[in-house]
Order: sequence, then C-alpha cells, then structure tokens
Amino acid sequence: MIGAGHAGLAISSVLTEHSIDHVLIERGEVANSWRRERWDSLRLLTPNWQSCLPGYRYAGPDPDGFMSMPELIRHLEGFAAASAAPVRTHTTVTSLTRLDGGYRVLTDRGELRCRSVVLASGAANVPRVPQMRQALPERIESITPFDYGSPERLPRGGVLVVGASATGVQLAEEIHRSGRAVILAVGEHVRLPRTYRGRDILWWMEHSGVWAQRYDQIEELERARGLPSPQLIGTPERATLDLNVLRAKGVEIVGRLAAIRDGHALFSGGLRNQFALADLKMRRLLDTFDEWARAQPEDPGLAPAERLEPSAVPAAPRLSLDLRSGAVRSIVWATGFRPDYRWLAVPVLDRRGELRHDGGVVRDSPGMYAMGLPVLRRRKSTFIIGAEDDARDIVADLLGYLAGGGRGGS
Amino acid sequence: MAQSVNNGVNIDALLAAREALKNAPAAAEFTWRASCKWQSGTHATSTVQGFHGLGDEQRHKTQFSFETDHPEIFASEDHGATPVELVLVGLASCLTAGVATVAQNRGIQLRSVEAKLEGKMNLYGILGIDSDVRNGYDDIKVTFRIDADASKQDIEALVAQSQKRSAVYDIVTNPTNVTVEVL
Repeated sequence: MIGAGHAGLAISSVLTEHSIDHVLIERGEVANSWRRERWDSLRLLTPNWQSCLPGYRYAGPDPDGFMSMPELIRHLEGFAAASAAPVRTHTTVTSLTRLDGGYRVLTDRGELRCRSVVLASGAANVPRVPQMRQALPERIESITPFDYGSPERLPRGGVLVVGASATGVQLAEEIHRSGRAVILAVGEHVRLPRTYRGRDILWWMEHSGVWAQRYDQIEELERARGLPSPQLIGTPERATLDLNVLRAKGVEIVGRLAAIRDGHALFSGGLRNQFALADLKMRRLLDTFDEWARAQPEDPGLAPAERLEPSAVPAAPRLSLDLRSGAVRSIVWATGFRPDYRWLAVPVLDRRGELRHDGGVVRDSPGMYAMGLPVLRRRKSTFIIGAEDDARDIVADLLGYLAGGGRGGS
Repeated sequence: MAQSVNNGVNIDALLAAREALKNAPAAAEFTWRASCKWQSGTHATSTVQGFHGLGDEQRHKTQFSFETDHPEIFASEDHGATPVELVLVGLASCLTAGVATVAQNRGIQLRSVEAKLEGKMNLYGILGIDSDVRNGYDDIKVTFRIDADASKQDIEALVAQSQKRSAVYDIVTNPTNVTVEVL
C-alpha cells in the first residue's frame, strides 16, 4: 500500500483478515494529509457515525457531530492500532516500476519488492490552480487551500475566492466572518442542504442507496468523477451553507472566473445557468429521496417533503474586477486538487495525467490497484464510509491475482 | 479635409446624431432582436427586422433571414453557415464597418478593405470529452488587407480604433450576462 490514510488502512485491515502479508509505506504519519494539508477550522463534512471503517466504528458521544482534524487523526490512529496496520512511517516513495511478476518500490529508506501494489496515496495531493494565475498583478497574493490556515493569516483587505465547492464556500464564509469583503466566483457547483426532512443529507445519501451506486452503473462516469465536492460544512448547528446563505451574509457572488486580462478579473455571464443547473440537480436528488422514502415502512421521525428556495441570482452580477484597485488583496484558489503520481514509472496514466483504472483495478498493469479516488467503485468511494466496500472488492480481485500466480484477477 | 474623402459613410449625419444623443440618454438605449425557428436536425432559420431605439420601435426596410446548420461531416445537411461562423461574420463586418467610419472621420480614402478571420476551436469541449477544454473559440485571428491613402501606421491606428469602438469585438472579448428562459 502506498499511503496510510483511511483508504490504505481499510485495505490493510481487510488484507489482515485474509492473512495476506503486506506493508503500508507512508511519507509522514498515519493520516498525513489531514495533519499537514488542511486549514485550522476544518471539520469533516460527514457525520461521525459515517466515519466507520472495517471492524471499527465511531463510539463517541456525538454520532451526529462532525470531527475536527485532531479528532479525525485520533480516530484514524485508533483504527491503525486496532487493525495492527504495518505502517512504515516517514518513508517517501521515489519510484514504482514493474518487475517480472510484480513491482519494485524505491523509497528514501531503501527498496521493496512486492507482487501487488495498491495506490492509496490520495486524490488531492496537489491543488489545481488555473494557468491564469500567472497573469495576476504582483500585489495580489495567490493562496491555495494548502497554504491557507485561517483568515488572520491572509493579507488585510478583500479576498476573491475562486470556486464554490465545499472548500470554496467554507473558506468564503470563514473569511467573510473575519470582517473581510469576499467575492466568490461560482462555476459548476453541487448544491445540497445540510438536512432534509429533519435528517442529515448524507443520511439520505447512504440509506437511499444513492451513495452505493456502482461506477459501472453510472452513465456519465467521467463527469461524476470530476464533480466538485458538495456545498456542505460540518458544524454543530448543522447549518446549510449554500449560495443563498452566503449571499444573505454579504458575500458577493459572481460568475466563473473566465480570465485575468490587463489586471482585471473577468467573470462569466453564465451565472444564472449555473444556478439553474445546480437547483435542477438538487431537486432531482431530493425527489429520488422522497420516492425512496415512500417505498419504505413509515418512519415517524421523518418530516414531510420540503421544497427548497431556488438559488437567488443577483440581478446584475459583476462581470469584471480591477485587481489593481486595492478592492481585493488576495485570491484563494478553491479550484480542486489532483493526485501526484510523479513517482509512478509504470505507463498507466492517460494524457491528462489521470490513472486509467476499472473500478480501482489497473488493467494495464496486473497486480496494481487504486483506492480512494472519486467514484472509484461507488459514489461514496472518497468518503470514509465508502472505504470498506471498495476495500473488500479490491482485495477480492487482488486475492484472485495472487492465486493465479500473478496473471491477473477476476 | 474630410469632405475630399468619400468612403460612402455619412459622417456628418453620424456626428450630428452623436451630438443629439448626448442630450437624450433615453434615446441611446437600444434593444436588438432576433428570432429563430428550428427547421429540422441542426438546421434553423433566424430572422431580424424590428428593434428598439431612439425612444421608439424601429424596423429594417425588409426582414433579413439567415440559415444556420452544420456541414455534412457533422452528419448534418449543411443548409447554412454554422452559428460559430456567423459569430466570425459578425466580428468581421463590425470591424470592417468601423474601419470605414473611422477612416471617413480621419479623412482617409479607402480603396479596398478585406478581412480574413480564423477561429480555433477544440471539439473536445462541445463533445464533452475534456472538461478543461472550453466550448467556444480559444483563439480568433483577424487579418486585414487595406489599400488606402495613408501610411501603414495610420492604417494600423484605424484598425486599432475600430476595435476600440466595436460592439461585436466587445461582445466576443468580454463577458455578458445571459438569461435563458423557457415559456
């Protein structure tokens, strides 16, 4: 296993059940990205009861709460200890190559040979920042979510947040709360209420079976894999954080950042359609939940079906912003992340640098697997609650591969 | 000087209109309109005639009609230009009209003005193959060939001024809020 986050640990735990000899190579410590690459206030957007891993459940007092990063790190450390995961910490993989019947892993602390390898190094190793960053005027500070800690560490003055994923809306809200003027540039986004009919929206995702939908049953798989994270935040109040909420708080909503030219940021005039698309998709999903609920035995805890307010489009959203005017002093790029495969010396990446895999099975290189990528095998693949089912499927294939003398699994 | 030059532009009338509009801001608010009717497949027919301006409803002398379609390599029947070609047509004709008007105003006699336009587009965008590729043009190149009684520098200045005052150049290069409704 390369990586000892929740995905690698889940695989390790299932391999241990099958008495398969294995090791996890970890560049830092267990849950490293959660320790080093997240901002101070971040909490998981999944409720605690969903932080379940193979044979390991949340046992604390607040199943509906949301873990802070220190709590999550403790949770994952607890899982690593309970499953006796063989983790080699502070070991960085420098190259992975094919050998006859297996793989050679070079690290900064020596070489390993193995018959099979699982890439569990994560989907979000490097912030994706558009090329236009180069065109920013010098006095504007450019910040990725990896650089961001808290609003106090931003330069004084207004902030342009680019992207309305979970990261984008959370940072926009927090920065605005610190007293700074915030402009949020909104492209394609996924709107979700925190709760629906009195239940957490992710309770619905799990129980209705939407999250369990398999990758080979999803029509537009590539699109599903590229979707921004939903506009959710984990707070004790279980507050919704959609664009209506942000607008009401005073965040200025503008269209997708289309270009930076001559010191001006130019925003798309297509904001209205982005709102319409997000509202339509949310409504369709909530209708799916309602339909599912009708087919279930009556649940007295369930409130009646709700109609959510449409996203209110600003009458004339701003189309450009003079970045030299001083109105904005920094830009936060909430424009997504990508995996880092610089060490991967096996030709299994596509022209965009993404891993070619079939539900986590790397067909072009027998014995190689991936875990923890978006919609790897199910809609919930990147969430902690999604790790167990994926791990069991991957391990089943891996066992077949090992039993077949390394000639390929099912 | 301007009087000795004739590019077919009534510059005096234009300048008079400009003066008049300065004191009548409401009259300067124009609304341009187009209608489009689907024929079959990717073939549609668009028409323009009425518009609003100078505080009143106005009409072209006749209704103008435009067929749009896609070429046969797109499995279409090729009844007309593609909509993206019409965008190039709009840009070319707007810049060319601007060149003539500015030349008249600057006393430059034109003998011929020709423009060639190229818009580069990667179909991965509209086909939804790569979400990083935009749907529209990623680059538009306009090449003017102008024969006029003026130095190359003056001709370049003409073309630059024409871009500066071009509505279509502005529409293509800057964002516009768009509302699409279904009745």
